[in-house]
Amino acid sequence: MLITRCKDRELIDILKKKRCLVLKCFGCREVYFPEEEIDHILKEAVVSVANKGRFDYLCREEFTERYLKYLERVLKEVDSVVVFSCGVGVQVVSKLIPEIPVIPGCDTYYINGFQGITAQDVDCQQCGECWLNITGGICPITSCSKGLLNGPCGGAKNGKCEVNPEMDCGWGLIYKRLKALGEAEMLKKSAVNIRDYRIIIEGRKKE
Amino acid sequence: MNLEEKLKNGKFVITSEIGPPKGTNIMPHIEEAEHIKDKVDAFNVTDLQSSVMRLGSLATSHLLVEKGMEPVFQITCRDRNRLALQSDLLSASVLGIRNILILTGDHTVLGDHPQAKPVFDLDSISLLKVASDLMEGKDMVGNDLDGIPAFFLGAVVSPGYEPQELQLLKMERKIEAGARFFQTQAVYDLDAFEKFMKQASNFGVPVLGGIVLLKSAAMAKFMNENVAGVNVPERYINMMASADKKDRPKVSVQIASELIKGMKGLCSGIHIMPLGWERYVPDVLEASGF
Repeated sequence: MLITRCKDRELIDILKKKRCLVLKCFGCREVYFPEEEIDHILKEAVVSVANKGRFDYLCREEFTERYLKYLERVLKEVDSVVVFSCGVGVQVVSKLIPEIPVIPGCDTYYINGFQGITAQDVDCQQCGECWLNITGGICPITSCSKGLLNGPCGGAKNGKCEVNPEMDCGWGLIYKRLKALGEAEMLKKSAVNIRDYRIIIEGRKKE
Repeated sequence: MNLEEKLKNGKFVITSEIGPPKGTNIMPHIEEAEHIKDKVDAFNVTDLQSSVMRLGSLATSHLLVEKGMEPVFQITCRDRNRLALQSDLLSASVLGIRNILILTGDHTVLGDHPQAKPVFDLDSISLLKVASDLMEGKDMVGNDLDGIPAFFLGAVVSPGYEPQELQLLKMERKIEAGARFFQTQAVYDLDAFEKFMKQASNFGVPVLGGIVLLKSAAMAKFMNENVAGVNVPERYINMMASADKKDRPKVSVQIASELIKGMKGLCSGIHIMPLGWERYVPDVLEASGF
């Protein structure tokens, strides 16, 4: 986990409405994690949390695969999984259980010179406004070569990106995942998304 | 009547396209447009098409206004951040430009300056929303404007894109964000286009079907392999392949007019992208009955 901040009230609403499994990752604990805030949120939402647990280094796929195997029975009972970790952790979990909506509990903030412990094929740019809750757990910033937030451009051919024919169109993947989750309509209802670059610039100033 | 009024009145409209040159030699392009201006309702001006550095679409659109023609100013999100995009929209307004076609834009690496920084601060949907807000007298952070622009906002849609439902979903979002007309990627398959229009016409926003003049069989094959949403049927490729080089324009005109005639009952107009073959546009229009 890098520097993260809990997503606000919207998260509590989700936690209250749905039966959730909560995964907390405090792996890179030398950095910063909002442990107290998380516990506070979970306390408020206690009714619907089926299970919660601390599973560090969610970014390591082989660890996470083992955690999820261990949680197999719980996973059958919940309708979503809330992950308190950096964007990499959320994406690794959602990659491993594409059939269950995976919701980020945190926004991951930019931190100079630190990108997490292990290199992964999913990436988090630490934009500070995690979008994974509306994109089926696939990051639109790092999986789309234009970093588009409101759906695909018209440039993909046979599901491949116009920039690199070896690379899947990120929005093609997002759409496929949302459709499998029965949430494709969410794209239509989504607000017009625009990034706030202050978060990165101010983060850099602090260092 | 301007483009918006013509579409409103149900006229089948024809738009064509000017691709500004690399350099300042714009007059031949303006003259070519003037040559067919009586048959064409408006001219799109492309914005650094294919991510190649060229003369700008804003200046070229303005030259068209000066010569009494109606431009469709194309603006992409590739090269400008949100300040520059909003500012250029205001500039367009004071230069007498009303029709704006808003696109995300090709990636910089596809063009002749692949080292450039790709901007994409906004995208087609967010820029449509921002342009709509400008028309309400507000910039995108809510500040009041001193003088409010009036635009006719358009966007693009790709009927041959797979999966089609994703394209329709984005089309619907573009309409919600302010798009009032659409121009499409090149269409070569009328059956597929009809299927697409069955869905798209439910939105009630005019669609102009895209026509790209085929120059050769090789071009058709290249597009089939590389250009998103374009599928030239075997039949047209064979027609181009079996024509002598000097007859190719004639065959190309024949194919385009066949497509245009087929589109007449399906959509609100056509958008011709001649890609350097502007001189054949009058033949295409005549062969199509205009």
